Amino acid sequence: MMDLLNILLSESFWTASLRIATPLIFGVLGALICERAGVLNLGIEGIFVVGAMCGWMAVWLGAGLWGGVLVAACAGALFGLLHAILTVPLGLSQHVSGLGITLFATSVSYFTYRTALPNVSSPPRIEPFQALDIPVLSDLPFLGPVLFQQTALTWLALLMVGVVWYVLQRTALGVAIKAVGDNPDSVDAQGLSVYGLRMGAIVAGSALMALGGAFLTMSAFDAFFFGMVNGRGWVCIALVIFASWRPGKALFGALLFGAFDALQVRLQTEMGAVVPGQIFLMAPYVLSIIALVIAARSADYPRALLTPWFKGQR
Amino acid sequence: MIRIEPREGASRAFAIGVPVLSALISLAFAAIPLLAAGANPITAYGEMFKGVFGSVFAVSEMLTRATPLIFTGLAAALAFRAKLWNIGGEGQLYLGAMAAVAIGSGALDISGIFLIPIIIVLGAAAGAAGMAAPTYLKVRFGADEVVTTLLLNFIILIFVQMMLEGALKDPMGLGWPQSPPVLDQGMLPPLMDRMRVHSGLIIAVVLAVLAQFMLARSVWGFKLRAVGENAAAARHAGINVNRSLFGAAIISGGLAGLAGVSEVAGLKGYLTADLSPGFGYTGIVVAMLAGLSPVGVVIAALFIASVFVGADGMSRAMGVSSFLADLVVSVSLLCVLVGGFIAKYRIVRSGKAGATT
Repeated sequence: MMDLLNILLSESFWTASLRIATPLIFGVLGALICERAGVLNLGIEGIFVVGAMCGWMAVWLGAGLWGGVLVAACAGALFGLLHAILTVPLGLSQHVSGLGITLFATSVSYFTYRTALPNVSSPPRIEPFQALDIPVLSDLPFLGPVLFQQTALTWLALLMVGVVWYVLQRTALGVAIKAVGDNPDSVDAQGLSVYGLRMGAIVAGSALMALGGAFLTMSAFDAFFFGMVNGRGWVCIALVIFASWRPGKALFGALLFGAFDALQVRLQTEMGAVVPGQIFLMAPYVLSIIALVIAARSADYPRALLTPWFKGQR
Repeated sequence: MIRIEPREGASRAFAIGVPVLSALISLAFAAIPLLAAGANPITAYGEMFKGVFGSVFAVSEMLTRATPLIFTGLAAALAFRAKLWNIGGEGQLYLGAMAAVAIGSGALDISGIFLIPIIIVLGAAAGAAGMAAPTYLKVRFGADEVVTTLLLNFIILIFVQMMLEGALKDPMGLGWPQSPPVLDQGMLPPLMDRMRVHSGLIIAVVLAVLAQFMLARSVWGFKLRAVGENAAAARHAGINVNRSLFGAAIISGGLAGLAGVSEVAGLKGYLTADLSPGFGYTGIVVAMLAGLSPVGVVIAALFIASVFVGADGMSRAMGVSSFLADLVVSVSLLCVLVGGFIAKYRIVRSGKAGATT
């Protein structure tokens, strides 16, 4: 019990929690934007892979770190555009299209990586984002290490929570995006483009998802591995429902998940002799399902989610 | 103004033409990555063809690869027909495989006539349980089965790793995380001498024909299709929707479980954590290419298996990454999706008077 308390009070635990939460914050925000506009984006898992691979590869080929971030976002946006074309004007099954995007994006990334680096025994490394060392602030007790020694991408993720919240709650664009996910007919009646709003939201959301992937290869690690995304995208889809499609709650959900994941790693080392390590590895996925079950009952889905809309058809 | 309107009476020609064209387009698409990798596409296609049809052994390998895909393809097709999104075929496959080695590797040392059916039934039951659980969460709590089945795939795979280091670890395995082998009499008999193709293929094809018949002709199949087409209307017509969903879940999970049984007790002989290179996910592509028709699943599985085996052969001969196969498979899924749109709708230019039909 004392051990648990020691873990929860340690700086390294909270630093790790925020680090683990970062890709999820990007992913949940991205999925949230798509779903608010009425489109489920199951391409997320593959878009994470694309972001991780492209961001890493751009830097490996000589681009700067922020150049890599930009490349990752553009690559994610491109696959998002494909999903948008298939699901919005063509109105195809969002489930199947999303899974197709995931398979396509993953295989494109793996094929490209393998073709560029046919015979490497250990994955080549890049110089990743370093922890920001803000003078004075990073010397604060507790808050210093936890908040002010994260990398710039973590700060970008936190900033995006505010941006997405502001756009959705305070701007006309946000009102239109939410309306297009609830009642596209009303948006059309006001002379706004349902297709344009939905497709734009999917492209923007997908770019954010790709940043989640880029964080993995450019901040959390310094190389690209096959299978490194490991279900993080699917976890985000569960977290969106848990967050009831709200950016603030999405941040909370991602942090909760990050804290839980950081805790299981620490408990694994403490109790590894008594309990098989895999029990702890399973825990994050089990937690996601539990969160989903708890939230599902009261979930206030965007009303037009999964429903295609065609111009001129009521 | 461009407008989209439904075609009247989507013809049968589309039902066959769309998947065939999608398959061809996806193969043609492979020329792009092949060129990017610096390979001559014509030579590469030749190597792929040789890799699948160049010898009896090659054909046997293709059929061996198609076997689990027929099972997982059927699992996806039947669930999707009821609009039950079972994306958990991968996990259910491993549940079936675990049940097969748990019972087949010595727990019951009885004659094969009894042991094989027991392995099959328990494997299917394990897979069925793996889909019944998320269906319960869907029906009882409204938890989206797409997310729960996807997450369960990860949970089950970690569970397999745990069992392979614990209760199911082979004491003679020299420390490798693998299960003890299935007893000889518990193995599904091979179909040809010195070839890997085994009688799991026969079971898969028979089940496909049976599923086709059940879906088209039985009351069970009628109810399942009714629930899939319009759950509210089905409920109104007095169909017990939840019961139909559980029926679809159990059959679907069971079929995916059989994919695991067939891989363990037909091919590998023991269980490892890398038993399946994503057969559960590929089964979804197979089902979609087949237009969710059970007999179509057999044909689609043969095509996808040819792509994988052909790409392996091509990869060995020319050094181009065999991830090419995954690329072709994913493109075929996207093509068949778009093809389904073209079969269902047509794009008309309207605006002029009299242009409406």
